[in-house]
Amino acid sequence: MMMDKLKHPIILSAFILGIFGVLGSGLVALTYMGTAEQIAAAEKAALLAIINKQVPPENFDNDLFNDVITLEKPELSKHPIQIYRARKQGTPVAAIFAPVEAPGYAGPIRLIIGIQADGKLGGVRVLSHRETPGLGDKIEESRSDWVLSFSGKSLQDPLPGKWKVKRDGGEFDQFTGATITPRSIVTKTRETLEYFDKHSEALFAQPAVKREG
Amino acid sequence: MSTSYKTIISDGLWSNNQALVALLGLCPLLAVSNTMINGLGLGLATTLVLTLSNTTVSIIRNWVRQEIRLPVFVLVIASFVTAVELSMNAYFHELYKILGIFIPLIVTNCAIVGRAEAFASRNSVPHAVVDGLAMGIGFTLVLMLLGAMREFIGQGTLFADAHLMFGEGARGLTMTLGDDFQGLLLAILPPGAFFGLGLIIVLKNIADKKISTRKAAVISANDAAEPEVKPAESV
Repeated sequence: MMMDKLKHPIILSAFILGIFGVLGSGLVALTYMGTAEQIAAAEKAALLAIINKQVPPENFDNDLFNDVITLEKPELSKHPIQIYRARKQGTPVAAIFAPVEAPGYAGPIRLIIGIQADGKLGGVRVLSHRETPGLGDKIEESRSDWVLSFSGKSLQDPLPGKWKVKRDGGEFDQFTGATITPRSIVTKTRETLEYFDKHSEALFAQPAVKREG
Repeated sequence: MSTSYKTIISDGLWSNNQALVALLGLCPLLAVSNTMINGLGLGLATTLVLTLSNTTVSIIRNWVRQEIRLPVFVLVIASFVTAVELSMNAYFHELYKILGIFIPLIVTNCAIVGRAEAFASRNSVPHAVVDGLAMGIGFTLVLMLLGAMREFIGQGTLFADAHLMFGEGARGLTMTLGDDFQGLLLAILPPGAFFGLGLIIVLKNIADKKISTRKAAVISANDAAEPEVKPAESV
């Protein structure tokens, strides 16, 4: 009687489906364990390559990835921002904000912004975006030099009133057919600079968050 | 029932091409075909998943009860896609970032469930493997062709970003029409994908028609040689 019930098609089906569920998640779990280290390394390498363009590697000697603080509820952006702090022999050299989200035309533009301790921009790069190909995507370094125009700028150069795209009476170029994108990045960069200006001492003084691995 | 390997391969590459004839998997096809290398990357990932899922589905075809076969296929496909996604993230990190959302979306590529249901669940393992490979390669070729067209017309390059797939040495593969070429933006934008795919389908149909008239000509020539053999029926 018991055996008959167990052979009911629904029970059998559920059993088979369950087995495949276990096998499938097993496969995913194994792959995850096999690749987790490699993925973390690839992500680190990609981030470090960007950071090194903003802050030359010979300018700092600390382990960036272990000198990180997280702004959980930053005024700058909706999502937590990691701040990587570069130091040479303990003296602050630069702070790298990643990711800072600027509202784009088609979705958030995730930026990485490096600011030197003296308040000058090490550089701005785009981590990801969904701007229109051919118009707004000139913010990518591989497509145009535009994003390089930020390097070396600070709140004194140009003055805060000029931290705008040219159409708004500022200093920065816009693209033909895409004003919203550059305007948003210029504004967000200025806000980040202002934030850094106000909080830089506290940012460098905060103890790093301990992370495993 | 068993189909010859030759038929399976020609079905996959040409006469039942998933992208051009079955018109399955259009979402990734249209979205990722803006450059040739993107197309190649997504095509290879799709081929891999398709072959793995076809193989597995064929192995388990006699054990899985009819009423739950579709959920089981979806489970199998989703597991493989996640595994492929993780591996790509690990070993082709840059390309993975570009293809982004479209790797997980392979799960919803109807071509894969379609082949599992229509072919792999009814045929032996070797046949299913060949079918997966042939269908996948057919899909990849269309992706690459469409990608090459859009890339060439839209930004005047071919093989741009080849280093993402083949390493730094492949940077030199990129061909450019010169800096003066501004490109026809429309080709890169979504409408360009529809125009491009439409054009490819037209060309394929023209080619098919040529082939069938040539065959018909050969047959009628044979008929003329043997006048006593009459057509069985005339409509």
